[in-house]
Amino acid sequence: MGYPHKPHEKETVILSEYFGDAEARSYDGWVKRGGYKALKASLEMQPAEVVEIVKSSGLRGRGGAGFPTGVKWSFMPKEKSKPHYLCCNADEAEPGTFKDREIMRWTPHALIEGCAIAQYAIQAEITYIYIRGEFTEPLRIMQAALDDAYGNGVLGDNAMGSGRRLDMYIHRGAGAYICGEETALMNSIEGQRGNPRIRPPFPAASGVFGMPTTINNVETLAAVPHIINRGPEWYKSLSLNNEKSCGTKLFSVSGHVQRPGNYEVTMGFPLGELINDLCGGMRQGRTLKACIPGGSSVPILNREETESCLLDYEGCVEMGTMLGSGGVIVFDDSADMVYQTMRLARFYAHESCAQCTQCREGTGWTVRILERILAGQGEPKDLDLLLDLADQMTGKTICVLSDSCAAVVISTIKRFRNEFEAYMAGTREPGVVAAGVG
Amino acid sequence: MADQALVTLTIEGVEVSVPKGTTILEAAKQAGVLIPHYCYHPGLPIAGVCRMCLIEVEGTPKLQIGCATEVAQGQVVKVFGDEALKARESVLEFLLINHPLDCPICDQAGECELQNYVFQEGRSNTRYAEYAKRFSPVEDFGADVLYVPNRCILCTRCVRFMEHVAEEPVLNVSERGDRAFIGIHPDATLDHEWAGNVVDLCPVGSLISKDFLHKARAWELDRTPSVCTGCSQGCNINLDTRSDVVVRIRPRPNPEVNRHFICDTGRMHYRWMNRGDRIEAPLISRGGELQATDWDHALSEAARLVSGSGGRAVVLISPNASNEAMFLAKRLVAQFTATLAFRVERVDGEIPLSGVPGLALRAERAANVAGATALGYRDDFDAAVQAIEGASLVIVVADDLEGVSREALQKAVNAVYIGTILPDAARGAALVLPVANTAEEDGTLVNRDGRVQRYLQAKSAPGMARPVWWVLGEVLKELGRGESLFSADEAFALMAEAEGSFRGLSYANLGMHGRTMSEARVSV
Amino acid sequence: MEQTTEYAPVFTGDNRKRLDEVLARYPAKRAGLLAALWMVQEQHGWVSDEAMAETADVLGLTPSYIKGVVTFYTMYHQHPVGKTFVQVCTTTPCNICGAEEVVEAFLEHTGCGDLGATSPDGKFTVIEVECLGACGFATPVMMNEDVIENVTPEKVPDLVKQYS
Repeated sequence: MGYPHKPHEKETVILSEYFGDAEARSYDGWVKRGGYKALKASLEMQPAEVVEIVKSSGLRGRGGAGFPTGVKWSFMPKEKSKPHYLCCNADEAEPGTFKDREIMRWTPHALIEGCAIAQYAIQAEITYIYIRGEFTEPLRIMQAALDDAYGNGVLGDNAMGSGRRLDMYIHRGAGAYICGEETALMNSIEGQRGNPRIRPPFPAASGVFGMPTTINNVETLAAVPHIINRGPEWYKSLSLNNEKSCGTKLFSVSGHVQRPGNYEVTMGFPLGELINDLCGGMRQGRTLKACIPGGSSVPILNREETESCLLDYEGCVEMGTMLGSGGVIVFDDSADMVYQTMRLARFYAHESCAQCTQCREGTGWTVRILERILAGQGEPKDLDLLLDLADQMTGKTICVLSDSCAAVVISTIKRFRNEFEAYMAGTREPGVVAAGVG
Repeated sequence: MADQALVTLTIEGVEVSVPKGTTILEAAKQAGVLIPHYCYHPGLPIAGVCRMCLIEVEGTPKLQIGCATEVAQGQVVKVFGDEALKARESVLEFLLINHPLDCPICDQAGECELQNYVFQEGRSNTRYAEYAKRFSPVEDFGADVLYVPNRCILCTRCVRFMEHVAEEPVLNVSERGDRAFIGIHPDATLDHEWAGNVVDLCPVGSLISKDFLHKARAWELDRTPSVCTGCSQGCNINLDTRSDVVVRIRPRPNPEVNRHFICDTGRMHYRWMNRGDRIEAPLISRGGELQATDWDHALSEAARLVSGSGGRAVVLISPNASNEAMFLAKRLVAQFTATLAFRVERVDGEIPLSGVPGLALRAERAANVAGATALGYRDDFDAAVQAIEGASLVIVVADDLEGVSREALQKAVNAVYIGTILPDAARGAALVLPVANTAEEDGTLVNRDGRVQRYLQAKSAPGMARPVWWVLGEVLKELGRGESLFSADEAFALMAEAEGSFRGLSYANLGMHGRTMSEARVSV
Repeated sequence: MEQTTEYAPVFTGDNRKRLDEVLARYPAKRAGLLAALWMVQEQHGWVSDEAMAETADVLGLTPSYIKGVVTFYTMYHQHPVGKTFVQVCTTTPCNICGAEEVVEAFLEHTGCGDLGATSPDGKFTVIEVECLGACGFATPVMMNEDVIENVTPEKVPDLVKQYS
């Protein structure tokens, strides 16, 4: 299958095998496709064995940070003295990223199965699947699948006949990017403002409701059943560049390519090939100018860097960027990098939770400077000011929203300084800029 | 206490040992270093949001916040390293971009933590000059509190106080990013009994007191440690005075009594200290009329009245009078069969500050009931008033004599009224001696937990009014039963010698946080 | 948008039952707040101060606390909006694919004129929204609970007709 395109021959289709296959959404359809075998097998193991398998598979968090999933699970207390929780982070809101949306839309049971295995492995009673409020369709589909799973005894007081109780609920967000940050998400589940929390304590010690909690991204959890079914060695062997990055990864490609959409490739796949072959290259008559490979929060690459970047955690770092969430935003030569920098800064200013001073005030100030430059009123010293603000917005706050805004500014000025200078020199027509933020 | 593990670390070159679990910010205080901060407050849960207390910890790549980072053995902390200074300068710059700089008309000026830290560590110029600042109108939060959003730095101390200490979340952070402000539901008001503390907690001039609005500049104020006389809790306070007038009461931290807080009743309980209708000279009764006289004459007359009588004596004393006054009055009537009494206003119910165990506006609305009781006074005012008839001597100290007639005192013949104002009934006294009020003298009070606490003189007494301990000491001297007392300290020492409850205590060992009577007994 | 008359409580009858079901999923009542506010918006179209007071009552919170939460999440309307609430994603991935022209088209064809304003017939309110998470389908537009993918200015008149 494939959605919205048929799979390309260079793809390694595992998570996305049934994208576009509406029948896979139902419990019966899922079982017909081999679903819930992994959960059944897991429930017959000891929880620690499941953790060990995931640990040795080399699976790393697909939400952005790339932390080894099995290691994260192993941080949970072994001796249970209080309730444990699993949170599934389906608050996909990183600009450029729309992979979790498709997993939930097409293969909801893959996620439920992954959640149930993880939940069992960390000995949690309840999983909360936190779905962003805007994802109305994924939410409807997930809810129907959950009802179906309960109805077929996958979940509930005797999950798959194991005698264990597994409960799983959807918690709907209501419009806040920052709730994708793990501790903000927990606050949001608790009915609070989605403010990130200071750490320590870490979620494994005190997470949602003050209880030991593990939080994983949708794509991470959806990969788990495959690892159980086919073994950690198989998963580990899926690696094209660096053995620390293995498995497949969904890349959401957006922007100026012929065929935007989700593409699943093995870790280490060349970014240039993803754009040029899988996505069919740039729009007619246009050339590649820049690419943000891991969602808006990671540094932007110029054309040369894009063409030599390998898509895994290490390959991206080598190019001075990060794999992030795998949201590949492609810009052709028509893009105004100054304007787009302002748009992204405006995004962060809009989404800043207002807690930390540098983020609350710095994001807004950054937007205003960029707007002024766009209006043709910039001065050369503004770039130094922007970079100085960005420096002070990096590594000094509770979460990395502020750092993300700074990374956009720093990396764009570094690679496209001439575009900023053109506005200042008056060689570029001032654009019309909507005033203010939000 | 004894088995608490200590951690040794170095802060700005000073080695300190603090209990495990202490934050770097608190440990730094012990090293004599104040790490600049806004959101942190020792009386509130840690938020870690202002990012002002960023410091360098050797071996840690990123700057750390002092308020939330626990000390570790062998840690080396630099508060004033280049990187930390640059980060804090930057936080200040960010805080100032939308700050109005209306210090000349801001009540907080002079005691503003933004002003202070900008002066210490901020930039000398702005890089934000060309943009309009955020503007929102002043909002009345109700009760005594006004909110000036333009000055707000979103430290959230007020929100956390209401949510976690008062446990009535009536304030919130509204909106996000740089549009955020401190909000309140339109139907809610900040009228919680302890809400006024948000004004003290606000590090800038964003939450201000209507009562204090534009009344005085911070640098004109003298600050004197005192104890609130509003109820038997005995909250520690500072009396802020300008030109001998008390203009404001603020809490003085005492971990054992009120931590950092006082109630609004106590906060507003100061106008009586400034009353203008005071007795300014000793008054002596001549033919049924009170006439002014001098202290020499008044004291010898007092001695005459006391010595010339025998039999029964009645002392009616205010439960807000100092222990020293109560003790000396009792000593004065030692040779009589004495009825020692006070009365105290009691209301229904207490108003606790939920998040601080043991802290409440108490039903018993007087400050020294425990002291009076320890010194043998009884809460039986009516019986004492009845005992006036036929008594050889009546001494009234600072009671307003409400419900007592002028005739009652006239009949008593030897009645001495010692007070600050002259109620009608006191006109029946043979002698009236003008004394200082609590704000005008030194003394001690005992709170409901038996904690003996000192208060200091904050303003001068009007005219010829003198502290009660001085007046009573002089009368005793006239009677040949003592020497002149030169300070309240001496009066207290006499009491500590004579009264078991106070044994072992002295002004020196009370300090400014007081000691309980039981503590004193243990250490004697 | 009719004039607000008597406030109609949300948490009665079936709604109350629905809320109780939600509350049973959490160890703390407050955790039901986001869901409760969704129910409020479903019934009233927005979250009024009265609704916050009712919700506070039901969940044992204060109205002020709830206001802090409501103003954090951008999907809760703090004012009445048009019958169809149109959110056009204009964040970078969509922006470079012409999202701002889509916004212009909506403003024109709905008669809203300005962002955030409600059309004179009360049918539409149009806003720009930050990333809807459908960047590969630029430009995605949310019309109430529906997400419509690949919207171009040319498709706007039909969409407006369809939701009128």
